[in-house]
Amino acid sequence: MCLSIPSQVVEVDEESHSVTVDTMGVKREVSTHLMTESLSLDDYVLIHIGFVMEKINKSDAELSLAQYQELVVKLNIEESQPC
Amino acid sequence: MSNINKKPEVIQLSHGGGGQETNTLIKSLFFSAFDNPILNNDEDAARLQLSGDTAFTTDSFTVSPLFFAGGDIGKLAIAGTVNDLAVMGAKPEYLSCSFIIEEGFELGKLKKIVRSMANEMDKSGAKIVCGDTKVVPKGCADGLLINTSGIGHIQVDGVSVNNLKLGDVIIVSRDIGRHGAAILMAREGLTLETTLISDCATLWPAIKCLIEAGLELHAMRDATRGGLSAVLNEWAIASNVGITVEECAIPVCDEVKGLCELYGFEPFDLANEGTFLIAMPEAEAIKALRIMHTFDSEAPAAIIGRVSEERTGKVVLKTPWGSSRYLDLPQGELLPRIC
Amino acid sequence: MLNLNQLYQGFRDPETIKTLAHKIRKEALNVKDNINIMEVCGGHTHTIMKYGLNQLLPEHIDFIHGPGCPVCIMPKERIDHAAALASLPGVILVTLGDMIRIPGSEGSLAEFRSRGCDIRPIYDPLDTLRIAKENSDKTVIFFAIGFETSTPMTAVLIELAEIQRIDNLLFHINHVLVPPAIDAVMADSNVRVNAFIGPAHVSVITGAKVYRSAVENYAIPVVVSGFEPVDVMESILRITQQMASRVAKLDIQYSRSVTEHGNLMAQAKIDKYFKVRPSFRWRGLGPIPDSALMLKEVYRHRDAEYKYADRLPVREIDDHKACQCGDILRGLSKPKHCKVFGRGCTPQTPLGSCMVSSEGACNAYYRYNGV
Repeated sequence: MCLSIPSQVVEVDEESHSVTVDTMGVKREVSTHLMTESLSLDDYVLIHIGFVMEKINKSDAELSLAQYQELVVKLNIEESQPC
Repeated sequence: MSNINKKPEVIQLSHGGGGQETNTLIKSLFFSAFDNPILNNDEDAARLQLSGDTAFTTDSFTVSPLFFAGGDIGKLAIAGTVNDLAVMGAKPEYLSCSFIIEEGFELGKLKKIVRSMANEMDKSGAKIVCGDTKVVPKGCADGLLINTSGIGHIQVDGVSVNNLKLGDVIIVSRDIGRHGAAILMAREGLTLETTLISDCATLWPAIKCLIEAGLELHAMRDATRGGLSAVLNEWAIASNVGITVEECAIPVCDEVKGLCELYGFEPFDLANEGTFLIAMPEAEAIKALRIMHTFDSEAPAAIIGRVSEERTGKVVLKTPWGSSRYLDLPQGELLPRIC
Repeated sequence: MLNLNQLYQGFRDPETIKTLAHKIRKEALNVKDNINIMEVCGGHTHTIMKYGLNQLLPEHIDFIHGPGCPVCIMPKERIDHAAALASLPGVILVTLGDMIRIPGSEGSLAEFRSRGCDIRPIYDPLDTLRIAKENSDKTVIFFAIGFETSTPMTAVLIELAEIQRIDNLLFHINHVLVPPAIDAVMADSNVRVNAFIGPAHVSVITGAKVYRSAVENYAIPVVVSGFEPVDVMESILRITQQMASRVAKLDIQYSRSVTEHGNLMAQAKIDKYFKVRPSFRWRGLGPIPDSALMLKEVYRHRDAEYKYADRLPVREIDDHKACQCGDILRGLSKPKHCKVFGRGCTPQTPLGSCMVSSEGACNAYYRYNGV
């Protein structure tokens, strides 16, 4: 329900429980108090009201996007075939 | 003697009292920066020769923070009023300027703002020919308020909010939402780091080129408070037409998109201070774009939509996958969504 | 390697949306009954209406907008609590931005602010710590709202206040829970909902496990969906496929962010500071048992509701008689059927919960529908 967007980790500050994230050129510092696993540079994370909620599974996202592209291509082929 | 602990010089109530201190401030700071023969006459009113259709506008500026990425309240006060004249097809010529300064305001900041105003006026050739200065007690003004009024001779007929016609296309001069986004990011409470700068700029040079090219311009407006949504809705209602815009055609830079993603804003609602819209016949639109691109090759001027006879008085936003929604006027205070 | 822009654009890709729309229309031919999907979460309502996804679907797939908007379901008497607290001398009331526009029985918090109360809308709850530290002579009260997505953040705020001994920071807790809301919707015998789109970010925190009982008890599909238009379209496809095969399963479409078990650290923090409140009145739905949280007794020293109990109004305030939000939230009625929709009740002058915020059903219809 809550507005939360993917951002990229660009700086890690373990001592103060925070990371700096970049969302399309806008950077902000957010809290990692809700994260068990530690974060690394270039991780993609979900941010909600100033906190990291979760790390995004990049390979899962890539797989989903690849599957969608397959569907698109398949449909285009079907539609271009004469009835 | 060491200057380390020297407190900055500040404006005091006496600077607005009308006496010696006022005179010194006005002459040494304002007259010196805004220097021109009419102002230097130092009469109670500026004496002007006006003939023909004349445009007259006024605006007051209360931006917070006073200094932001890409400008300050001074640049805004000049560009804002000059632009209001320019989008009427009027050459900006004479400005008035009133300062309301809070007691305790740093003189150094005031000097910086005044220099900024002088620089901005050079871009259009407009001159401040009269003004006023008041100093109010601490707490009675948020640092500094500026009012500017402007006069200019109208150079081209028929540019009006009532004049959109079927067959017109809508052009935007550059990517939207920069000023609103830059101001929001500069405020406390949204602690962000970004390279985004406001689009605050004088539009007269670009508009002058369009007028000199003899293009048929039906309506022009700079998209200030309320952003793109406000202008398009005002046009739709005033001209009693429908306006359709293609969402993917509207240029928005990454940083503005990022801010909108983070806080749930729409770029169409964010203010601009150097971006304008044109409604003009489709046949001439390419010429207009060519002029705007040669004038400023960085700015992505683009056709974003057209006038339609359906749904008069409303603005419709179309998505690339075939659905549509109304682009309504924004409501209330711009607060970040939480969910 | 996937870059951030590709991540955004990929889940908003027009060709993918069109393809999924085509597949949904084809699959829906195999389903005779109406498919009445409730998207619980206000963010999904926003996606559907903003991207016009409902316009791409066949006639017999219908959306029923759920009660997942924490601002919309806040009953007026709780807003009156906030106003009463803010009106106390020496109090600074802090709350998340959207909340200050919502009207209580004597006006919104924005109106109370213009009357002189110190009310501060913030985006980041941790700003409250700074406000409390900077105003040690005042009592700072955090009016906490939100579903399970926002609750852990309040828990962290409490934790840091305890560790840093910020004694002038109190809390008024209004956190609510999704699964009881689903039960409340399904409890009505006339309910038309036969599938759920599960919330995206509540589920990141709670894990998808919290919806298993709904799937079992009501034998309906629940697909946990991401927020982007491609996510929602794929979730609708998966629901349609389930219904065509006459199955009812829990499915995680939003697998890049949601797991079965969720964020365990966040859950632990919620469990540490909060317990379930026996009952909470939801605007539009009425009282729902075990549907909201309160501070545990050991943290009573931070509980503004307990400390100022004698100053807080107790009267329950109902919505306008003509308001049909309760029926709309259960899918028994649509906004356009409500007599006051668009007339007495508009986004600027909301009479009921569904019109209140941009995620409410009536608000969404008012703003986006009709084209």
